[in-house]
Amino acid sequence: MRYLPHTDEDVRDMFDAIGVKDFEELFRTVPESCRYDKEMALPAPKTEWDLNKYMAEIRSMMKVSSDHTVLIGAGRYQHHIPSTIPSVMGRSEFLTAYTPYQPEMAQGTLQGLFEYQTLTARLLGVDAANASMYDGASAMAEALLMGLRIAKKKKRVAMSAAIHPHFREVVRTYFHPTEFEIIELPFLENGQTDLSSLAGRDDLAAVALQSPNFFGVIEELELAAEAIHQTGALFVAGFSEPLAFGLLKNPGSAGADIVCGEGQSFGMPKSFGGPGLGMFGCKQKYIRNLPGRLVGETTDIEGNRGYVLTLATREQHIRREKATSNICSNQGICTLTAAMYMASLGGTGLRKLARLNYDRSEYLKQGLSDAGATVCFSAPTFNEFVVEFKNDYSPVQKRLMDQKIVAGLNLGKYYPGFDNRYLFCVTETASKEVLDTVISEVKK
Amino acid sequence: MNNGPGRSGLIMEEPLLWEKGKKGRNGMSIPESDVPSASLAKELCGEGPDFPDLSEGEVVRHYTRLSQWNFGIDTGMYPLGSCTMKYNPKINEKHAAAEEITSAHPLLDDEYCQGTLRIIYELQNFLAEITGLDAVSVQPAAGAHGELAGMLIFDAYHQSKGKKRSKILMPDTAHGTNPASAALCGYKPVPIKSGARGILDVEQIRELMDEETAGIMITNPNTLGLFEENIREIAEIVHEKGGLVYGDGANMNAVMGIADIKKCGIDVLHLNLHKTFSTPHGGGGPGAGPVCVVEELKKFLPSPRVEFDGSTYRQEEGPDSIGRMHGFHGNYGVLVRAYSYILCMGAEYLKKASQYAVLNASYVKVKLKDHLHLAYDRPCMHEAVFSDKNQQENHVTTLDIAKRLMDCGYHPPTIYFPLVVPGAIMIEPTETESLEELNTFIEVVKKVVKEAANDPELLHNSPSRFKVKRLDETQAARNPCLCG
Amino acid sequence: MKEIQELNLPEDVRYTKDHEWAKVTGDTIRIGISDYAQDQLGDIVFVEMPSIGDNFDEGDEFGTLESVKAVSELYAPIGGEIVAINEDLEDSPELLNQDPYGGWIIEIKPKDVKEIEQLHDRDSYLAVLKGE
Repeated sequence: MRYLPHTDEDVRDMFDAIGVKDFEELFRTVPESCRYDKEMALPAPKTEWDLNKYMAEIRSMMKVSSDHTVLIGAGRYQHHIPSTIPSVMGRSEFLTAYTPYQPEMAQGTLQGLFEYQTLTARLLGVDAANASMYDGASAMAEALLMGLRIAKKKKRVAMSAAIHPHFREVVRTYFHPTEFEIIELPFLENGQTDLSSLAGRDDLAAVALQSPNFFGVIEELELAAEAIHQTGALFVAGFSEPLAFGLLKNPGSAGADIVCGEGQSFGMPKSFGGPGLGMFGCKQKYIRNLPGRLVGETTDIEGNRGYVLTLATREQHIRREKATSNICSNQGICTLTAAMYMASLGGTGLRKLARLNYDRSEYLKQGLSDAGATVCFSAPTFNEFVVEFKNDYSPVQKRLMDQKIVAGLNLGKYYPGFDNRYLFCVTETASKEVLDTVISEVKK
Repeated sequence: MNNGPGRSGLIMEEPLLWEKGKKGRNGMSIPESDVPSASLAKELCGEGPDFPDLSEGEVVRHYTRLSQWNFGIDTGMYPLGSCTMKYNPKINEKHAAAEEITSAHPLLDDEYCQGTLRIIYELQNFLAEITGLDAVSVQPAAGAHGELAGMLIFDAYHQSKGKKRSKILMPDTAHGTNPASAALCGYKPVPIKSGARGILDVEQIRELMDEETAGIMITNPNTLGLFEENIREIAEIVHEKGGLVYGDGANMNAVMGIADIKKCGIDVLHLNLHKTFSTPHGGGGPGAGPVCVVEELKKFLPSPRVEFDGSTYRQEEGPDSIGRMHGFHGNYGVLVRAYSYILCMGAEYLKKASQYAVLNASYVKVKLKDHLHLAYDRPCMHEAVFSDKNQQENHVTTLDIAKRLMDCGYHPPTIYFPLVVPGAIMIEPTETESLEELNTFIEVVKKVVKEAANDPELLHNSPSRFKVKRLDETQAARNPCLCG
Repeated sequence: MKEIQELNLPEDVRYTKDHEWAKVTGDTIRIGISDYAQDQLGDIVFVEMPSIGDNFDEGDEFGTLESVKAVSELYAPIGGEIVAINEDLEDSPELLNQDPYGGWIIEIKPKDVKEIEQLHDRDSYLAVLKGE
């Protein structure tokens, strides 16, 4: 087998050197009672060529591929990925490298991560960003736990019902065995979060919103920051589409204490939901409470600039049960991918691309509205919005699928009474023709 | 190559991204707008972030140069104990990058994505078969995430029995993520000292296990590279008092097709796909940490999982599930790589991989034990632990030895872990290193040991061949500069 | 690391088994770490201190000391209220390495300053170090 270099002769020589006569003797410390006493029932090993055939068969079971335009976002977005990214990020010095605990032989990864932290901090408007969490959902859970750690005596947090349902599910999973309580804040008719129940409270450690939220609606972050800070709580601002901050005010500048969200849009394909990355940052005064790895700038003994993992005493390998998180492996190469995407796009390109997403989304929104659909939420949106159709939309959706357009996500299973509501996402990948096709099919 | 493969070469300087570029450059095609410009309220608009503008060539050169400062498995050996840095097959990359897979949106209805669902389903089954356990969730995004899932399953189980327990037994050789994960569920770790033979002492566990203890977290083989011979007896003691046994499967590479995890008495196990199952480390991730359980605990597994009714693959929520741990299906691209690996290896070669992994480690152990102090002179599994005990008289530490090995062309072994061996040097060659590579490595280590005695300054001043010399970590921690 | 005979252990302070020193300053007690502690820890990068007004019992954890690769808890040798913290340590934690007896961490006001006599004097602390 091509990954296993040992020849029979090698094995014999090594047995002799060790002083055993066979593998049985080599494994003598594994008691009989613990033995795997049969053959593992797995498919017979495939050559590379047979594997290719087998995988082609699996791929043929997919009814949606790269020639489809996907008008669904909901936490996983279809964006163009330049070929430079898989080409360079596929370099084995990046891909097969270990965690940079030995910094002298990992300056590529470390400088790359420092650049990522810097660009992310600038994008989100925070003082410091970490080198990634697993995804936007677990990042939200960790952000709320961080808020509770900082608040010390408080036991309660609040999160908006307009946060991505999967993010909220993950938060509940993390919180289940703890003594902490979660309160859910409802949303208003216009699609923004209803913060009125915060007035007069002082029992919350942190309050989380997402903006743009699950409905694509842009929250009023500055007002939220004020209302939340008045209660003495920390403001956690989440997101699932970081491209929004190429156009909209970033959450840090609006007053968020912790900002966290999903970074998949920046250079990673949809890939059935993973890998992505959890972007995470905070104000300067909280950095020692951050979970996850941090890269810092320093100098070597000759005064040359270099990069190292730092503030490691927060982490599990040193602090163990008192660590700020249990996270060890993070999203690694995806983090560098996001940085390379931000570098390729540039400041000018990011603004242009965000604008394009907004304009195209507004075009479809207006077109559907003209075609008789109701735009459910009146507050401004970024590249996602929710509509309701007068008649049964499913035959229209099927006709559009036949034309290779995945048109909208039904929200019935996420919110009560939303059975006729559909969440649409329009990015730079959806051409005007595709949007016109959708509008005309709805008109029919 | 008596000096090892390390040489020196031309290293290119490369500034930070924002130290380059010019406004107006661009590195990516952006489509022209073919729709009218829509209005947006001024108060909502921001200025956009202060990012540099770079051309495509500038970006590509930047990252190419950065990559050349790095070391990867394709460059050379990483004998990192407990990390299983084996060769990352390129065919796995090809399949993870296939268009039908990368373009699959996770919220498509099941009927449109039977292919991607099938991969999850079959991987769930493969991992159950390999471990001997009954049911698997592939949703956790890393080993530590799998450990958290395991602890949440413990909590769900005990709650279902009517009593939330507050403690958990924790060997002193445990990886840091173990107590950290336990703490997230409110469990207080009760330390257990390893015995003189390097394995857990049954009597200590018998004394400490009670009905307030949720169970025990065991790594088997343990982090000293030794098989926990008494694991069945330990499991019985824990089960007798109503507790569960958690297995940290980081060292699974030693026992595939050889040990049956379920027969060991383990109830919940996590695997590290980026260790045992060849998926690349990516400079820190992404990994994947599937969690495997006995039948009785299947209902608690994270949701959704994939089931098959004979004709269709379907996502299923479990009503008693601990819930969702990740936004979607975990690090799906990593799952595809592991799936591809298992299909290439089959039962026959997975078992051989474990056999050769243990063979390689045992060989290195026997060849180096007269040169470096061996912590436990006993049969080891896929890794062996040494220490700097013999070098202390020359004021040479484990750290110095590690830095000198770098100049010789090797990533150092795992150092200063596990904590029970002061100055630990943990060597795990993995099965993908050939006998010649091992012999070269052994000669180089012997040479470095001689240098430690005759020329300690050489080691203190290592490494010298990289872009930077030893870095000031104190300064980085005292005055953290996390942003440019 | 220093040998035991190389350690600086002044006579005019008391010591604890957790390698802290204590000195009476009026009706309060000043607390720092011994030369042994700072030598073992290596370069101290961060000191986590309590707030003025916090109350601790004897043996409670009141703060931590971080070096690059380790964290050490600080334990109150005597119970009382925190009346002062050394704010210089926020910017210059290395003061504790450079001058372990001039550098102090907290001042605590106990019920009775005489409680300090229950702590080790120099000779009995030296015995503790040798026994370890």
